[in-house]
Amino acid sequence: MDIKAYIALSLTLFTIGIIGVLVRRNAIIVFMCIELMLNAVNLLMVAFSKMHAASDAIKSSATYASDAQIFVFFIMVVAAAEVSVGLAIIVMLYRNTHSVDINFLNRLKN
Amino acid sequence: MSNISALIWLIPVLPLIGFLVNGLGRKQLSKGISGTLGSGVILASFILSVLVFFQVKNVGAFNVNFFDFIRLSDFKLAFEFKVDQLSAIFLLVITGIGFLIHVYSTSYMHEEPSKDFAKYFSYLNLFVFSMLLLVMGGNFVIMFIGWEGVGLCSYLLIGFWFKKPEYTSAANKAFIMNRIGDLGFLLAVFWLIAKVGTANYDVLFTPETLKLLTATDITGITLLLFVGATGKSAQIPLYTWLPDAMAGPTPVSALIHAATMVTAGIYMIARSNTLFSLAPITQTVITVVGLATALLAASIAIKQNDIKKILAYSTVSQLGFMFLALGTGNYTAAVFHVITHAFFKALMFLGSGSVIHAMGGEQDIRKMGGLHKHMKITSITFLIGCLAISGIPGFSGFFSKDEILAGAYGHGPLLYGIALFAALLTAFYMFRLYFITFRGTFRGTHEQEHHLHESPSAMTIPLIILAILSVVGGVIGVPEALGGHHELAQFLSPIVKTASHHLDHSTEYILMGLSTVLVLASIFTAFSLYKNYKAEGEATGFGKVLQNKWYVDELYQTAIVQPLAALGAFFNNIIEKKVIDGFVNGVGRAVNYGSRQIRLLQSGQVGAYVLLMVIGMLLLFIIQLFV
Repeated sequence: MDIKAYIALSLTLFTIGIIGVLVRRNAIIVFMCIELMLNAVNLLMVAFSKMHAASDAIKSSATYASDAQIFVFFIMVVAAAEVSVGLAIIVMLYRNTHSVDINFLNRLKN
Repeated sequence: MSNISALIWLIPVLPLIGFLVNGLGRKQLSKGISGTLGSGVILASFILSVLVFFQVKNVGAFNVNFFDFIRLSDFKLAFEFKVDQLSAIFLLVITGIGFLIHVYSTSYMHEEPSKDFAKYFSYLNLFVFSMLLLVMGGNFVIMFIGWEGVGLCSYLLIGFWFKKPEYTSAANKAFIMNRIGDLGFLLAVFWLIAKVGTANYDVLFTPETLKLLTATDITGITLLLFVGATGKSAQIPLYTWLPDAMAGPTPVSALIHAATMVTAGIYMIARSNTLFSLAPITQTVITVVGLATALLAASIAIKQNDIKKILAYSTVSQLGFMFLALGTGNYTAAVFHVITHAFFKALMFLGSGSVIHAMGGEQDIRKMGGLHKHMKITSITFLIGCLAISGIPGFSGFFSKDEILAGAYGHGPLLYGIALFAALLTAFYMFRLYFITFRGTFRGTHEQEHHLHESPSAMTIPLIILAILSVVGGVIGVPEALGGHHELAQFLSPIVKTASHHLDHSTEYILMGLSTVLVLASIFTAFSLYKNYKAEGEATGFGKVLQNKWYVDELYQTAIVQPLAALGAFFNNIIEKKVIDGFVNGVGRAVNYGSRQIRLLQSGQVGAYVLLMVIGMLLLFIIQLFV
């Protein structure tokens, strides 16, 4: 499969994520959009890794181009940790304001 | 006895101890203790100085090296004392007269609170310490330490009654004027060290070292040293501080501003006479300045009405005579006049202190008169001082002044004529002072007249001792023409080359006779004019110019002080407040304004932040791709 298709998909997902973060006010949706961006990056990494491993230059060397795939696992772990913290914050936010609108977050100002 | 050099350090250290104890314990010590301590340490120094004097006289000069004061790779400066004939004489004068004046002060300053009393004695002891350091130092740097020390003490003591603003400004004036001179001295020392690598007298004044200096070097160095001397010894153009220095307590005027500190310049030039003898230009400058100062100050003294001011101008004038002697290469005569002048001028200052004491602080001689009836000892001793300074034969001043005049005659009749005229003026103004103050009828208030009394014995005894010294002090320098041997010249001969001009005995007799007759005539004029002095109106014409001191203070005020003050005001108001403050405050204001604007970006809206972040990332992208 052509790498361009992966790039296009990944770019689409990332853009959706960014736009979601920018325009949505619901904290949970914003959060999901962040996850979407992370996973777009993950997808791109795996795709490039696969492409890279298929090339002749790597085949002849002793190492396999699996670094990026390992990286993806790290990102997943960090993302999971981030989700747990972020959701906890959102829960506390809801308890205090009975809303998950991120525009209320500026109450921390001053 | 033979090993007094081991104890030489005690001479300056004793007054230093007195300074420390009196200064630190001024709140605890009673007047009796601090006065006794202050005088006692000086007496001990005096006794040691006498021992040192005989050591030097019998055995010879010696040096004491204490430690290395400055040690650099190729330059070493020792903290050393050089005790030779010249410093031995000055040691005797400083500690001897210093002791008398300390004793006098215990009575004169008795009305001060005990805290100030102890402070006064601590300053006075510090002064003696510095002065001893100045004359005992074995190189120019040690001399400079003492030189600055006496300047400081002079400042402190002139401003002793610092609650009066005019006294404080007199102290400032003295200090600043001295600083100008000190700069010259310091530059001369730097120049010397740069050229020959040493400031030690013994090394410096040898033919081998002097060969390292070109004629320009010697002229420059000696001129700068002379600038230092004009500051400390109150010569034109830096003399105006000395009359103002009379703001200090009278014993201070006697000790610092008549007998010792102001002679530091003469000491310094006599000390480096080898150098000065090689610089004919400098010698001419010294002669002219000395003569001009002698004449100018004497002319001012004629019309002054403040008893201490008259004595101050007289001091300036006498210092001019000493410089005249130095300039004509007559170093012995200068040192001789320093000694005799120390006796009779200290005597007259202390006498004036006694008068001021009796008059309850009044210093204007127009309000005195007829004091002889009330205070015989003061009057008689003062008269002796006047006779001595006028140069009546037999009194000490006669010998020293005559020697200076004879030396001047050797350099030309014109010098002699002007110097003789200044000497006649001296006799005139001193006897004007005497007749107005002690003769005639009393012109003060009845209260003052009732209050008049002879001073207590702590004040009169120093007067009597100084009066005796003023009479007999001349015996150390009786010239050969009068059958003497001039002990002083012989004593100083290892240091000072005797003057090259030797006059015939007959010429000397004529000069002596001439000056004596003219001085007597001058005294008689003063007598006939002022024996029954009545308060006269304001002086007019030339007298007014003299009374206003030739307007020199006003000239300095307009020519130097006011432009400097204007410059200072300009720097303060324009450069400092507008430019520098404007710049600094401008930076502050710009940062303040900028941050107020930028603060608006921090809205707290998460969305806005993210948007900015995305824009930033896009920009980075674009830069990465297209630039």
